[in-house]
Amino acid sequence: MNVTVNGGEMELSSDATVLTLLELKNLPSTGVVVERNGDIVPGEAFAITALEDGDHLEVLRFVGGG
Amino acid sequence: MSEDSFIIGGRELSSRLFTGTGKYGDDAVIPDVCAASGSEVITVALRRVDLDAATGNVMDHIPDHMQLLPNTSGARTADEAVRIARLARAMGCGDWIKIEVISDNRYLLPDGFETVKATEILAKEGFVVLPYVNADLYVAKALADAGAAAVMPLGAPIGTNRGLKTREMVRILIEEIELPIIVDAGIGRPSEACEAMEMGADAVLVNTAIATAADPVRMAAAFGDAVRAGREAYLAGPGAKRVLADASSPLTGFLGGR
Repeated sequence: MNVTVNGGEMELSSDATVLTLLELKNLPSTGVVVERNGDIVPGEAFAITALEDGDHLEVLRFVGGG
Repeated sequence: MSEDSFIIGGRELSSRLFTGTGKYGDDAVIPDVCAASGSEVITVALRRVDLDAATGNVMDHIPDHMQLLPNTSGARTADEAVRIARLARAMGCGDWIKIEVISDNRYLLPDGFETVKATEILAKEGFVVLPYVNADLYVAKALADAGAAAVMPLGAPIGTNRGLKTREMVRILIEEIELPIIVDAGIGRPSEACEAMEMGADAVLVNTAIATAADPVRMAAAFGDAVRAGREAYLAGPGAKRVLADASSPLTGFLGGR
């Protein structure tokens, strides 16, 4: 299936979850926040949140700022 | 702390200097900056993860005791600020949020109307809302009514190191607004932070002036000292200013008699 992550297209297996996506990109599951189709996915739900074709995801984290 | 307690969002703070994490040449200096400044509140921003390049994590350099104050930088409307605030809270680092709503790219001046709207929504959701705004009395009053935990007027445009250009308007906010007044943005020198504190500001937030100093740790210490000195001077109550000289030594009993 195809999903949009941070504005870019990505192809994932049909059983992919939020956690799958993070692991694929070598991202830690703590220290990031994920928004799926405009809704925040709680960290504890990363492994059980199945993605669907056409999903829009935002993966964010804290950076330096004032 | 008894007479001079400083409480925001239920947290008692012993330092009145807030610091930022932007613009450091090397984020590894941040723990030393925190230690040297004595600061207990530190700002961060929220951005998309770069999925194709591993980058350092600023959170690895923020000491555990620091109160995290995420900002909503990048927001151009109240709705965007609310969205960023909710995302920041979902990171699990507490419910403090610095509202920044900016659509002016030249001077990065905050939009008071949108900031009030965002503050109203987020305060109702239980956030500790610290809005960054112009030093405007009516906006500050609206923020107080909306449930802000403090008001953060700018001293000068963000990152300019130009000092307390809004001095007179900040003075009015200090006089008229019951909430803590935290001067944010533009403070470039410790003397300017000291002046804000002497005037009665409750705290100052400094990022660029420390981060871009030749020696950030030393500058952090200088700001810590300046903020303490200014606060002490405010509490001590400066003497009145006069136009004409007023001798400190007695004007009688001169040698030779008169």
